Amino acid sequence: MEVLVCVKRVPAPGAKVPLTEDAQDIDTRHLGFTIGPHEECAVEEAVRLVEAHGGHVTVLAAGPPEVAEQLRYALAMGADRGVLVDTGAAELDPEATAAAVVHAIRTLDAEPFDLVLFGNESADAGHYQVGIRVACELGLPIVGGIKGIDVDGAAGDRLRLRRDVATGVEVYEVPLPTAAAVKEGLNLPRYPTMPGRLKARKAQLLTIPFEPAAGGLRKVRLRQPHDDREAAIVLGHGAAAAPAVVDVLEELGAV
Amino acid sequence: MLLTVVDEQPGSLDTLGMARTIGTPVAAVAFGTAADGAKLADELVKHGVGTLHLISHELLTDYAPEAFGEALAQLIARLRPEGVIATGDDRGAEVMAQAAARARLPLATQCVSVTGGDPWQLTRIRGGGMLLEDAELTAATKLITVAPGAAGAAEISEVRAVDECVVEAFTPELAPELARTRVVARTTRGDGVSLATAEVVVSGGRGVGSAAGYAVLEELAGLLGGAVGCSRVATNNGWRPHSDQVGLTGTKISPKLYIACGISGATQHWVGCMDAAAILAVNTDPEAPMVTRATYAVIGDVHDVLPAVVAEIRARAGPRR
Ligand SMILES: Cc1cc2nc3c(=O)[nH]c(=O)nc-3n(C[C@H](O)[C@H](O)[C@H](O)COP(=O)(O)OP(=O)(O)OC[C@H]3O[C@@H](n4cnc5c(N)ncnc54)[C@H](O)[C@@H]3O)c2cc1C
Repeated sequence: MEVLVCVKRVPAPGAKVPLTEDAQDIDTRHLGFTIGPHEECAVEEAVRLVEAHGGHVTVLAAGPPEVAEQLRYALAMGADRGVLVDTGAAELDPEATAAAVVHAIRTLDAEPFDLVLFGNESADAGHYQVGIRVACELGLPIVGGIKGIDVDGAAGDRLRLRRDVATGVEVYEVPLPTAAAVKEGLNLPRYPTMPGRLKARKAQLLTIPFEPAAGGLRKVRLRQPHDDREAAIVLGHGAAAAPAVVDVLEELGAV
Repeated sequence: MLLTVVDEQPGSLDTLGMARTIGTPVAAVAFGTAADGAKLADELVKHGVGTLHLISHELLTDYAPEAFGEALAQLIARLRPEGVIATGDDRGAEVMAQAAARARLPLATQCVSVTGGDPWQLTRIRGGGMLLEDAELTAATKLITVAPGAAGAAEISEVRAVDECVVEAFTPELAPELARTRVVARTTRGDGVSLATAEVVVSGGRGVGSAAGYAVLEELAGLLGGAVGCSRVATNNGWRPHSDQVGLTGTKISPKLYIACGISGATQHWVGCMDAAAILAVNTDPEAPMVTRATYAVIGDVHDVLPAVVAEIRARAGPRR
């Protein structure tokens, strides 16, 4: 099974989310970056599928050249090949991101993919549409919110996809080739091993430069949400606080 | 004309209020049978909506994201509305993204406010509420989804009922292959208290220390009729299943009371619990962001504080509890 996983490099802020002076981005001078959690699960799932059914895992990330860090992390997890779609430093709107991914997939078209995985939405911008736009453009079926993937059918040419909804679980059965947008909880991603990391560090990434046209949604500025919470009321220290805690629970009608 | 996507879900008609802040007239669009349409039309009359575009097709009798999106894209091509507004729940977001992709139109998701004109000026949430983004949306037909919870907040000022809501039937042309992404089976969750809907959530993070350490959280949740939640550290350590995780990539909850035990309050966790009516933080660190942003705090070790709270509740309930 040839699997492509599209991942995004996202900042990993702590309790505060500092902004740049021009309010165009998160100020990441003092922050680390990570693969979006949904996409990390997508990489894990792809590696497991290929371990079980054979084939290769390709990871693709569009963004500035620094996305190489996240591609190498995915390689260390067990992906076979990394594709860096260099779209420059500025954040792309979702139509432009989709165009960049489509362009790269078409460039790689020598070996068509059986399965293309996306995260359901990116952890930072959260546009909820890039995977669907790419699948649509490529004529692939896609279902979002996926938390379970099983290879199905005698010929192994179908996938059984599960997703959580408010009332329970919905099941879909889609023919390959297909796309799916997955969510964290699909699996528990592995930590890369030391040999995996060493191999990933030396791996050659395929770079595809691309300058997509802007779409119809234009970011003007980012803002911190208004927070007018008052300081917490400290009920006490240690076990001695228990009576005060239960007073509050009673007041709130919780007991 | 603006189109608002509606269904029978409670709160679905809230988006009408948001639509009216953008412009008029506002018409509704829904998927379903003639009987569904008639029922919805009765409701829409009270909300001052005079037209319901009812999309019906045999491929649409059960949820199918591609078929729903294609059908909506075809209706957009037919009516050429100024904009289409839908609820940003999982399904609403998926259908709108499908429609946007097929109609080759931009889509702004997770919007909390919109001002009409050309372009539309809007504010959307990013990172589950970590940041706000002011943006401009330029398109022949502007597509937006409303962040869950934001529509209900919009002022619904003096909606005048109309005499009649006319149902305009629309039958899209759908290729049979679109049935490939239709729901084929469903399982229904049991009745127990669920994290998403519990009124009290007792949640634990790294400070709980181990999987076994959650026993006292379970006990407290049981006494309060609540559910147990956790942070991503607990999930990643294998202490709790991901279905317990609160936050950006877990579940976003709004209980009456959130008890955060040994959780530091990283933004990705905070955005999942910040809509709780009250937050009680239990933490050894008085400077932890969860402690400073909570309503109430106890400074101390989870495993000292919680057993004492459980004992106090039992003592007040009397000897038989
Ligand atoms: C893209 C992205 C998405 C994410 N999504 C989520 C998400 O959905 N949900 C989520 O939770 N996190 C998420 N995270 C992770 C998040 O950034 C934090 O790493 C995580 O929430 C921290 O978990 P924690 O508070 O349990 O651990 P820590 O941050 O390590 O905090 C532990 C706290 O416990 C206190 N403590 C220690 N011992 C005790 C004790 N004995 N008694 C009482 N208190 C004690 C400490 O003082 C500290 O405040 C995400 C991160 C990224 C980058």
